[in-house]
Amino acid sequence: MALDATPGASRAAAAPYKAAGDRPDVVECHGVSKSFGSVHVLRGVDLQVRESEVLCILGPSGAGKSTLLRCINHLEGIDGGWIKVAGQIIGYELRGDKLYELPERVIRHQRGLSGMVFQHFNLFPHFTALENVMVGPVELQKEPKAEVEARARSFLDRVGLADKMTVYPAQLSGGQQQRVAIARALAMNPKVLLFDEPTSALDPEVVGEVLSVMLELAQEGRTMIVVTHEVGFAREAADRVAFMFDGKVAEIGPAKAVLDSPSEARTAEFLAHVL
Amino acid sequence: MDTAPVSAQSPALQEGATYEIVRRKHPWRLAAAAVVLALLALLVYGAANAQNMHWGVVGHYLFTGVIFQGLLRTIELTAAAMAMGLCLGVIFGIMRLSPNPVLSSVSWLYVWAFRGTPIILQLFLWFNLALIFPHIQIPGIVDASTVKIMTPFLAALLGFGINEGAYMSEIIRGGLMSVPPGQTEASLSLGASSGWTMRRVVLPQALRVILPTIGNETLGMLKLTSLAAFISYNELFGTVETIYYSNSQVIELLMVAGVWYLVTSSVLSIGQYYLERKVGRGFQRGGRSRTLVERAVVSGWVKLRGA
Repeated sequence: MALDATPGASRAAAAPYKAAGDRPDVVECHGVSKSFGSVHVLRGVDLQVRESEVLCILGPSGAGKSTLLRCINHLEGIDGGWIKVAGQIIGYELRGDKLYELPERVIRHQRGLSGMVFQHFNLFPHFTALENVMVGPVELQKEPKAEVEARARSFLDRVGLADKMTVYPAQLSGGQQQRVAIARALAMNPKVLLFDEPTSALDPEVVGEVLSVMLELAQEGRTMIVVTHEVGFAREAADRVAFMFDGKVAEIGPAKAVLDSPSEARTAEFLAHVL
Repeated sequence: MDTAPVSAQSPALQEGATYEIVRRKHPWRLAAAAVVLALLALLVYGAANAQNMHWGVVGHYLFTGVIFQGLLRTIELTAAAMAMGLCLGVIFGIMRLSPNPVLSSVSWLYVWAFRGTPIILQLFLWFNLALIFPHIQIPGIVDASTVKIMTPFLAALLGFGINEGAYMSEIIRGGLMSVPPGQTEASLSLGASSGWTMRRVVLPQALRVILPTIGNETLGMLKLTSLAAFISYNELFGTVETIYYSNSQVIELLMVAGVWYLVTSSVLSIGQYYLERKVGRGFQRGGRSRTLVERAVVSGWVKLRGA
């Protein structure tokens, strides 16, 4: 795939674009399958995301997009194939020709490799914005509190919430809550940020503020996988776009190419409906 | 423009003018309040002047040492039974939600048995345990005759504690289920253990739902412990019973007990109010919340005036 042929225009301006081949894969999915009872949600998903790459995943609901993200974070265990994040096989250990489920302690560490941003924010309502951002690094990663606080404040400042540090989530708008959630994910220093339809639960007038924060992160060179219905965002921020249908990646390629001239009929049809 | 029949006579509104808004008066509310207050005064007057009611006896016993001892036993038993109920409730409540079918079934069985039989039956059962188990033996811990161990206090504690645990486990289960699953997911995705998630994320939020009910249960337990009198445990009710058996001042001594039950439950409900306010952090929207008394007085007056 010729990643460097069509870099996102805005990203190229922000950071010198390195040749794709120089950068290691941060996320690798190989033949990932997952079923809930008799429903096969993922049927052999293959995709790789390189360091500093932004991948947007589009597709109809029920295609398995969210499930894929949840598998990368190991909120769901997979039934077949394997997923690697930063070189580690997620949730399992290869011994001989079998993948053995890892102990809880190791899985906890692996979950920290990817930072999850949820559709419904899932901020902790009994903690303030600042406490929400600090609680992971301080209590789970056991980092010194003063250091974390400085970092948390700078993240909240960067998502435009410098004046909301000591406010509880209930007093924030949806857009503000989602920006706190992004800061919470960032504070864990993840290798990859996973966004699960981050703007789908938002009022239309605040979608922009969340997308612009995400765009900034993309321009900074963060590795991101974004499940979204915002085609405009995908066009602007993504290096590559993947389309998922029925638990498989139907089409994947440079954002502009896939969005402007999809090779799959289903992709074209979907885009016609969304736009 | 059409005018509604009611306002047919009203003059046209002047543009640019400001009008004061006058609320409707509610004279009947004040009238009803006056009638009820008068009836209440009559009741108090009647009670104060009752022929055979010796208020002096009430006053005499209200502050005697025996009554205080009984009150103390009531509070002790309430606290101990609630503590036991809470521990059992947390254990069985979490067990009930466990994916392990054996654990959840055992929890269900416990709730079924102890919630489905009367508390007085359970009290008598524990108190008379010696009839079927004359000797209790747990190697290395206990080895004694049941009659000696099963004191009225222990029988009451087991009866109330285990019974309360059954109710509490359901209360706690409901509280845990009221926390959205997204909270657990967010916590796990940060790399938290399930223990940390329960302690720092789920329980604090469940507590907000659980606490008012635990308050109710505690108030209920305070009064329920009076049943322990039937297995010869001399808590407050048992104490006044013993006294009026000998001096026949039945109503007077029941009044004494009533006063102390009321005082204790009032103190408990005030404590509950402040505890709930503390646990509710993050859930009220802005502004300083009023104290208990402020709230009652202000809202009462506002309603009565009809403003």
